[in-house]
Amino acid sequence: MRLELKGITKRFGALVANDHIDLVVEPGEIHCLLGENGAGKSTLMNVLYGLYTADEGEILLDGAVQRFTGPGDAMAAGIGMVHQHFMLVPVFTVAENVMLGHEHTRSGGRLDLEAARTQVREISARFGFHVDPDAVVEDLPVGVQQRVEIIKALARDADVLVFDEPTAVLTPQETDELMAIMRQLRDEGAAIVFITHKLREVREVADRITVIRHGKVVGEASPAASDTELASLMVGRAVELTVAKDEPVLRDNALEVEHLQVTGPDGQVLVDDVSFTVRGGEVLVVAGVQGNGQTELTEALVGLQENVTGSIRLDGRELVGRSVRQVLDAGVGFVPEDRNTDGLVGEFTIAENLMLDRADGAPFVRGGSLQLATRDAFAREKVAEFDVRTQGIDTKVGRLSGGNQQKVVLARELSRELRLFVAAQPTRGVDVGSIEFIHKRVVETRDAGVPVVVVSTELDEAVALADRIMVMYRGRVVGIVPSTTPRDVLGLMMAGIAPENTEGDAA
Amino acid sequence: MTAVTTDVRPAPDAPVQPRTVATTSYKTPTILAVVSVLLAVLLLAQPHAGDARFALSSGADFFQIPVVVVPAMATAWVCVALMALLTAFAFLRARGKRRVPGWAAALFAVLGLVAFLAWAAAGSPRDLSVVGLISGAIALSIPIVYGALGGVIGERAGVVNIAIEGQLLAGAFTSALVGSITGSPWAGLLAAVVAGILVSLVLGVFAITYRVNQVIVGVVLNVLVIGLTSFLYSQLLVPNAETLNNTPRFERIGIPLLERIPIIGQALFNQTVVVYLMVVATFAVWYGLSRTRWGLRLRSVGEHPKAADTVGIKVEATRYRALIIAGGVAGIGGAFYTVVSIGQFGKEMTAGAGFIALAAVIFGKWDPVRAALAGLLFGFASNLQNILNVVGAPVPSQFMLMLPYLVTIFAVAGLVGKSRAPAASGEPYVKE
Repeated sequence: MRLELKGITKRFGALVANDHIDLVVEPGEIHCLLGENGAGKSTLMNVLYGLYTADEGEILLDGAVQRFTGPGDAMAAGIGMVHQHFMLVPVFTVAENVMLGHEHTRSGGRLDLEAARTQVREISARFGFHVDPDAVVEDLPVGVQQRVEIIKALARDADVLVFDEPTAVLTPQETDELMAIMRQLRDEGAAIVFITHKLREVREVADRITVIRHGKVVGEASPAASDTELASLMVGRAVELTVAKDEPVLRDNALEVEHLQVTGPDGQVLVDDVSFTVRGGEVLVVAGVQGNGQTELTEALVGLQENVTGSIRLDGRELVGRSVRQVLDAGVGFVPEDRNTDGLVGEFTIAENLMLDRADGAPFVRGGSLQLATRDAFAREKVAEFDVRTQGIDTKVGRLSGGNQQKVVLARELSRELRLFVAAQPTRGVDVGSIEFIHKRVVETRDAGVPVVVVSTELDEAVALADRIMVMYRGRVVGIVPSTTPRDVLGLMMAGIAPENTEGDAA
Repeated sequence: MTAVTTDVRPAPDAPVQPRTVATTSYKTPTILAVVSVLLAVLLLAQPHAGDARFALSSGADFFQIPVVVVPAMATAWVCVALMALLTAFAFLRARGKRRVPGWAAALFAVLGLVAFLAWAAAGSPRDLSVVGLISGAIALSIPIVYGALGGVIGERAGVVNIAIEGQLLAGAFTSALVGSITGSPWAGLLAAVVAGILVSLVLGVFAITYRVNQVIVGVVLNVLVIGLTSFLYSQLLVPNAETLNNTPRFERIGIPLLERIPIIGQALFNQTVVVYLMVVATFAVWYGLSRTRWGLRLRSVGEHPKAADTVGIKVEATRYRALIIAGGVAGIGGAFYTVVSIGQFGKEMTAGAGFIALAAVIFGKWDPVRAALAGLLFGFASNLQNILNVVGAPVPSQFMLMLPYLVTIFAVAGLVGKSRAPAASGEPYVKE
């Protein structure tokens, strides 16, 4: 089926998320929609899927104009979507999720689960998915959950398939497998829209590339184009894709973690016997697929986890068992994984957020009263230093873009006298320009002699930033390897397979 | 091209379950210990000489079981000793990082009950009727069970229904009024259903359409219904008590043969149609939620409304439909007070049963059958007070009035264990 979008415009108040976008996807091709976070890709796809109604423009399938009032209409017309955040009910089984919304029933209104199971098995067999129809979705690894999403779309005979940032949660191996599935679907005649901001994937799988910036189509590119060309098209200027840094100069001060174990509320071991050392002046990147214990590891380092055993020593001082306040006072800077819930108070101004961790005394508080002049002077200085693009220090942080929010977090955490810097996913949901800036600051911190721990799920970032890479899988350390380790080896490590010639700690 | 998996990964559909370590929880053993000690203190501080007489049969049974007469203090102490043993067993299990088995907790509860009843009935000239204990418990659990079923339906669809109390009261009022005017308990029952639905619809308009905080709307609705029924009661029903507040009641219908089974026959099989309907309703709700398309869609809307939306399920309409059914079911519970129990409406006569029903929803882990059983338990606790009054137990009546609520708190706080509410319960669905 041929999909055509004509002059799609979608406004949210004053913001034009999609500005007269035209797009044609032919059957049997993979059409990449490339753009930065916030460029309007997802908005466009939500319009296509009937979740939003376009203010202007029309959607055509095989030349016929469509009117979608909801996702049900889009699905009935043959559009299937693999959502970035899976649209699966976690407590339902695979078969229940696949049948939901178009259930067959038997006498007495009883659900015909057997029909759904058969359908799951048939589609699984066709693509070699190995999905058990009776497995409960929340127990499945994300890679398999994604296949359930694909099965869901195929079970409804979708001819147009939209993949919205599908690789964000996958290991490199799973990503390769997904690419193979997409090619197979294409060869069977499906029209595929592949939304991403990862250049490598685009070049690998795309038949055509459309680049979107600030809600507008800024051009088409050939899959043969280089990373630099694609990146500059996407960002609108030349970008530096590598991180410039010198050889590390190791100091004596160090973070030493030994036999660290973090237990969750139900007794799951989330961080399992983790030991590593980071010396002053080096960056250790903790790599791995999301949800393999990295979050809990960083939270344990700052004292946010409850059931922690083992030892975390910073310059010889034990941190396990201390309160967050004491840990921060020991000189730990922390950029949390989710800046909106843990890093910032969205309804507070930039100035207030910048002094959040220092409300317990001079110079910002004297005699129980906030020192507004001191606070504002500090905020103005930091806004300039960290290049936060804002109308003023009284702007609410929630109004800033992701990149600028992250700069505020960074400014707050790096403005103290640090003895350890921990950054979890510092560049997630951040524009390319801000990524460059954040990477530069991380390297500067390292060069100042501070041990730096960065958690990243993006292999490119891990390789670019790290002096050493520690890969975690299901709470355990698979291995600690130099940043020059080949990508395929790192990919295998992210799936839990340790390379034979690597020690547990190859420091 | 069939197999796209590479052979290096572990089994691709192996569930991601991190290694777990057993956790030690001393919560259950501690509760058992506290209860044992409290009971022992009671027996020491207030010993009662004499025998306790338990009547096990009613006149209509196949055969008569003689009244069981036991020495009260000795029986109580034996029970307490066994309870202490069970407590020790629970501590051993907990130290071995294993769960305390359900049968141990159940046995403990029965022993505690027997000990308490023996103590309370000691020396009383009147028999303590076990049949009355059970049949009264069933009667008092009717509004709680219906209310809990309504609560389960609402919450599984993602709407927290604090207004169960209001639905019960509205049902009680309208069934009294309509039953009195028409002279038919069936008309009263139907009117109660309609009243419950009306309260549900008001809740729906605010909680679903206008996305007001559901807890606040529910609380306000309760106050509104109390005010409205109290006003109408004093202005309308009291002056015309004979014509407007004097409804005929449902007759008991005995099921032949079954009603003559000793001990349980009269309690279970000689009841009004509302009780039999309660059993049917419980299983209907269970079947509907777990086995039908309606239930699957309803649960999907309560767990992950956006996922439901993306497969073409109308979230708000589904929630409205669920609330309407929930309101109707809760309304039947309200009718109990008038067309089953006493035949007339009284001011605020539901006396918090709706909130106990809410507790039963949680205690039942959002499962209709478990919630109904929880409702029976709470009904039993309410009835205990009546029975003890009959035998003249030496407990201040104010304490006995607290009993059902104490049982509720203990049950919900201490014994629920791990349970998970529907993920989107209480969350209005907002399309971005």
